[in-house]
Amino acid sequence: MAKDQPPTQRGPQEFEQVLEESASEVASFEVHDSSPLARFHHFLHANPTAAPVVVLVVSCLVFGLVADNFFSAFNLSLIIQQVTIIGILGAAQTLVILTAGIDLSVAAIMVLSYMVMARLAVQGDVPTLLAIVIGLAVGLACGLFNGSLVTRTRLVPVAVAVLTWVLLYSFGMPILYIVPLGMIAGVAVGWFSFGPALEVRLPPFIVTLGAWSIFFALNLWYSQSETIRSQDIDATAPLLKLFGVRVEILGAQFTLGSFLMIGIFIVLWYALNWTAWGRAVYAVGDDKDAAELSGIRTDRVLLSVYGAAGLICAIGGWAAIGRVGSASPQSFYEGNLDAITAVVIGGTSLFGGRGAVFGTLFGALIVGVFRSGLKLGGVDVLWQTFAVGLLIIVAVAMDQWIRRVSA
Amino acid sequence: MSLKPVMTGRGLTKRYGRVTAMDRADFELYPGEILAIIGDNGAGKSTLVKALCGAVQIDEGEIRLDGEPIHFSSPMDARDAGIETVYQNLALSPALSIADNMFLGRELYKEGVAGSVFRMLDKKRMRDFAREKLTELGLMTVQSITQAVETLSGGQRQGVAVARAAAFATRFVIMDEPTAALGVKESRRVLELILDVKARGMPIVLISHNMPHVFEVADRIHIHRLSRRHAVIRPQDFSMSDAVAIMTGAKEAPAEIALPEGAVLH
Repeated sequence: MAKDQPPTQRGPQEFEQVLEESASEVASFEVHDSSPLARFHHFLHANPTAAPVVVLVVSCLVFGLVADNFFSAFNLSLIIQQVTIIGILGAAQTLVILTAGIDLSVAAIMVLSYMVMARLAVQGDVPTLLAIVIGLAVGLACGLFNGSLVTRTRLVPVAVAVLTWVLLYSFGMPILYIVPLGMIAGVAVGWFSFGPALEVRLPPFIVTLGAWSIFFALNLWYSQSETIRSQDIDATAPLLKLFGVRVEILGAQFTLGSFLMIGIFIVLWYALNWTAWGRAVYAVGDDKDAAELSGIRTDRVLLSVYGAAGLICAIGGWAAIGRVGSASPQSFYEGNLDAITAVVIGGTSLFGGRGAVFGTLFGALIVGVFRSGLKLGGVDVLWQTFAVGLLIIVAVAMDQWIRRVSA
Repeated sequence: MSLKPVMTGRGLTKRYGRVTAMDRADFELYPGEILAIIGDNGAGKSTLVKALCGAVQIDEGEIRLDGEPIHFSSPMDARDAGIETVYQNLALSPALSIADNMFLGRELYKEGVAGSVFRMLDKKRMRDFAREKLTELGLMTVQSITQAVETLSGGQRQGVAVARAAAFATRFVIMDEPTAALGVKESRRVLELILDVKARGMPIVLISHNMPHVFEVADRIHIHRLSRRHAVIRPQDFSMSDAVAIMTGAKEAPAEIALPEGAVLH
């Protein structure tokens, strides 16, 4: 083989020789000349719950000074009771938002689940505990429905659910049993990954916007737009009101629902920070393609997140019966937006991958404290709502600023 | 005793509709070598690499790993077989820490009930392992192993991705354009890193458009042209302009396939 050129030299190129004398330290952070503001900025970036905690403490202090009975045990326990349901919905919402999604149907899932529990236990021949389990399964089914649409659009479970409804209806079974049975049949089929998928991934915003209407309509059909009265629940299924039971600690009254909410936050905190699933949730929200290439089965993670969110909403539904006393299909119409508000004020980024579940608890408490403090200060309800709106915008602005950390 | 290839591909074919991205391509990788793959855009080299790392399923042909026929249906399969890939976009999660990224998708659990029932992560063991691997490769210039990847420079991120691949690969490492997005100095660090990984006996498949880098580190150069293997040359025998001429068809390919010393073509 003729060589018209000398063999190529091995080793660095000529222009790279000077690198040996070049500065050897790798780009490092200039810690010494950082301003207090920059250090604060970094602190907030590293601790996503810090900002809501600071806001919560400051707003408590301010309202404590302005309204003298703000710090009464009665008022503080009232605030916690008021945020219980929104806190639980917010916990579910945080999971979804961490994956860069959103679930507009959380409140609708909750209402449908508690209507199933209440109707089965009060008007059906179902033991209360079984009715509750079926209600939880319905919440899970709703969540998995959302999850399947944002991942692979599996239609067979949905078809099975609808088919079961039609079949049982034609056999003359009351709607009371048909709706939950069909949904559970759908989940069972989905569990065995049966049937083809469309391999179409739909945007979560649209999917859950549609699901919101679907679940709300299902709920009206199922409940016949009829409220289950408090006396009836007391008479036949007092277990439904378990989370409304009050316990007195240090002169303040807490409902079991408040403890349930805190328990849910602790479990989610553990799952997100100390399990591989939690790392996967953050990774999927951060950069889905990178997560997939790192060997994370992103579809499975997303499905589990929406399913878990549905289940948590149903648990929140059980607590909601205790909180409200009765079970009304028309309640919690604003629950979706309140839950998203709590998540955003709690410092979780709507772009996914950043945030912490406890931030949402503080976010919900901040809203509760603002509403309560302004009310005690004699401010009109419309200005309370105005203040919450301002809080949301400030929180999102803070999030944008905190995310610019590399500056 | 002859040197046997780590991986061979024979007659690999991949079609997308009417387009044949890869047409009876062959491939071998031998132990301890750096095999560079070069080729024009559209020559099919990325299809070849994706077939090797499981991201693409071939229509025809046979891939053998250590002599055994093997079929990868996903990148996870290839990873489980000990093949690690450093993707061009690095596949790192910016908001997660260096340690979290290294163990993404293969986390370590605590021993006992905490790990088996509560699936609790052993963060300390993962951090220690990550620190050890980065130190081995001389990359512990980062402040802390728990710092988020988004706070690292491009070269440091590349370092983390290479360290992750080197730490977990048992068969070989594939690197897709590892110096494409880097400056002169950071490219040099990454090339040294590649030679470092090779010095540990780990074979490397290097995809690059950068001829000086290829000629500097590669033991053999696989030239892909028109959807198949066109030639395999040793960088000592040819100049860069010869390689480019062969790659673009301006010059005829040498008749024989260059092999490492002591190797036989199977």
